[in-house]
Amino acid sequence: MAGRGRGRGRGQMTFNVEAVGIGKGDALPPPTLQPSPLFPALERRAAPLPGGEEGEYMLALKQELRRAMRGLPYFVKPGAPRRDIERYSDKYQLSSPTDNAIDWSPDWRRLPRELKIRVRRLRKGRTAPLVPKQRLALDKEETIKKLESLEKKEEEVTSEEEEEKEEEEEGKEEEEEEEYDEEEHEEETDYVLSYFDNGESFGPDSDDNGDEAVY
Amino acid sequence: MTQAELRLCSLLLQEHFGEIVEKVGNSLLRTGPRPLRLLVGDTGLLPDQVKKALCVLIQHNLVRYEVQPRGSVEYEARSERILRILRYPRYIYTAKTLYGDPGELLVEELLLHGHLPMSSAVARVANRLTETMEDGKTMDYSEVSNTFVRLADTHFIQRCPTAPESPRNTKAPPPPAPTLAIAEKDMYTVPRLSLHGKGKRRHSCDEDEEREHKAKKQKQEGGNSETPPDDGIYWQVNLERFHQHFRDQALVSAVASRMDQTSSEVVRTMLRMSEVTTASGASHTQPLSSNEIFRALPAGYNIGKQVLDQYLALLADDPLEFVGKSGDSGGGTYSVNLHKALVSLATATLESIVEERFGSRCARIFRLLLRKKHLEQKQVEDFAMIPAKEAKDMLYRMLSENLVSLQEIPKTPDHAPSRTFYLYTVNVMAAARMLLHRCYKSVANLMERRQHEMRENKRLLEKSQRVEAILASMQATGAEAAQLHEVEEMITGPERQQLENLKRNVNKIDASENQVDETIFVLESFIESTMKRP
Repeated sequence: MAGRGRGRGRGQMTFNVEAVGIGKGDALPPPTLQPSPLFPALERRAAPLPGGEEGEYMLALKQELRRAMRGLPYFVKPGAPRRDIERYSDKYQLSSPTDNAIDWSPDWRRLPRELKIRVRRLRKGRTAPLVPKQRLALDKEETIKKLESLEKKEEEVTSEEEEEKEEEEEGKEEEEEEEYDEEEHEEETDYVLSYFDNGESFGPDSDDNGDEAVY
Repeated sequence: MTQAELRLCSLLLQEHFGEIVEKVGNSLLRTGPRPLRLLVGDTGLLPDQVKKALCVLIQHNLVRYEVQPRGSVEYEARSERILRILRYPRYIYTAKTLYGDPGELLVEELLLHGHLPMSSAVARVANRLTETMEDGKTMDYSEVSNTFVRLADTHFIQRCPTAPESPRNTKAPPPPAPTLAIAEKDMYTVPRLSLHGKGKRRHSCDEDEEREHKAKKQKQEGGNSETPPDDGIYWQVNLERFHQHFRDQALVSAVASRMDQTSSEVVRTMLRMSEVTTASGASHTQPLSSNEIFRALPAGYNIGKQVLDQYLALLADDPLEFVGKSGDSGGGTYSVNLHKALVSLATATLESIVEERFGSRCARIFRLLLRKKHLEQKQVEDFAMIPAKEAKDMLYRMLSENLVSLQEIPKTPDHAPSRTFYLYTVNVMAAARMLLHRCYKSVANLMERRQHEMRENKRLLEKSQRVEAILASMQATGAEAAQLHEVEEMITGPERQQLENLKRNVNKIDASENQVDETIFVLESFIESTMKRP
């Protein structure tokens, strides 16, 4: 029974078209050969929005909320990409968002341990002793306690060393910068002033060949 | 999770929390619960970024975690909670109407931060209120904490599940993630705190900042040694209670527009009395006797007992069946039929949508089908008193939109088309779901359009912000009117016009989003209530 009448007669359907209401000889709409348009024409306009005090207030609230949420630390911004060369102005720029720092302090007792970001030691070195202390607070057995104390000593030493190292580094950098500052800021020339020997100590013939190397 | 819901969730996350959180949320929504390392691999972000995003999402209750038996922790996104972000303005406005400014700001702070301890919430709100007050006045903590207690008593805010007390000497290593739990009776108990203090105003001069800095540093170092009195007790907004309130509001206004103000007051009283005694998913409120209702009526309404009885009888006889009579003790016991009320609200929404989209004659056919359930083509034409051709056309249009469906009833065992009845019917549940899906799509489209508008005019917006900043600083340093005028001229006339247009369009789109959210609420409540019935 299926398939009989295939191709014969206009648009044969599987059900009785008369029951649905399409009479014999009625013009059916043409077949659709493309997907429906993306923006179909509006037949009637939508009803106007309800205005009034409540609507206005909620509108203001909504925009205010959006603006406020952008400023909160919960709006996670990607960390600033590392520049290829360390530039002088980096020192003076406002702290750009970093990836390895979390800007707010959640209650870690309520969160899974794996989500804790190990904040990398910044220059101050203050965060370094905190992290090992927290890790150690977990084990409390006697034998483990001994190991603990040993560990602590080691870590104190290492953290001291690290702090010393960092201080040294800081000191060095500051020194370098100071030197650098002096050289750059005394006279705005391209020449490194310490190399320049203006020849006053040399004697009367200071004005010729003052820059030549002294053998 | 339909595609429309997914798209809307990801737009909401992106707008409120940024791209990174959106990517993480997207991955969780599309592929289901997964552990951390799979997430990192999936999203292609750095592990630290993913961890930060998860912390933010858990803080705001948008993602929950579960410790699997094998020791790993799986994270699952809560899509229905993410969609609630749309409704935040409505929650805050409701809190304002019920509890005034302190209530509004408390709910706002709790929504912005996910969950907060009471002391910190009260402090923040007091500071904010102080800033808006006149110079010299400060907001006392006691007023704010009173509002907090009232919010907790009426269940609008609740305590978050707490982490178990860490036992001091365990042999096993602590679990990778704490299992949070809270007893039902503890959920609304406010801890006994003595919060004293006044709100602080942020000073603009530098000396005060320095002093505050020093004070803050001392406080921090001092504060580290002693924890705040309500350490570990966090509060969050109870969205279910707000939804209950919205439902009650919708009910009362429906009764008011169908009957009159007094009957709506009666219904409002009945709902108020059963606020805390009715479970959130119940289909009926507890039965209330007429005497109780009479005693509980608000003071302004001095209607006699007999008049009240008449009103109740009228409400019970109404075909919409909002109020049902369940007995005669105590002068007649009545209860509000919440499920039926939601059904009526949802069908009214459907009818109104059909009317606005297709015209009033289509709406007539739709209402006819709702009432008579199943009708043949011929019967539709007769009952609706619409000529055959037009009736056919309208029915097919509604059929193509899936608002109306065909039911086949065969007369013979072989479903021969010439010997089958074809009946038109409206399946309310299916139509509601379809319209809900469309609502999600609409909101997502509106948000995208709004973002597009802002992106197109970004340059102009930045320029106007800069000019405003310049104007503000010039006014602060006291410039002349001519100079201010010159700076204002930097934005030309056509640009000003463009800015006006932009502002108007963005406002319109925002208002539309709020409006669509109201429809979403009605349809969602209806679907939820129908699903819950056994």
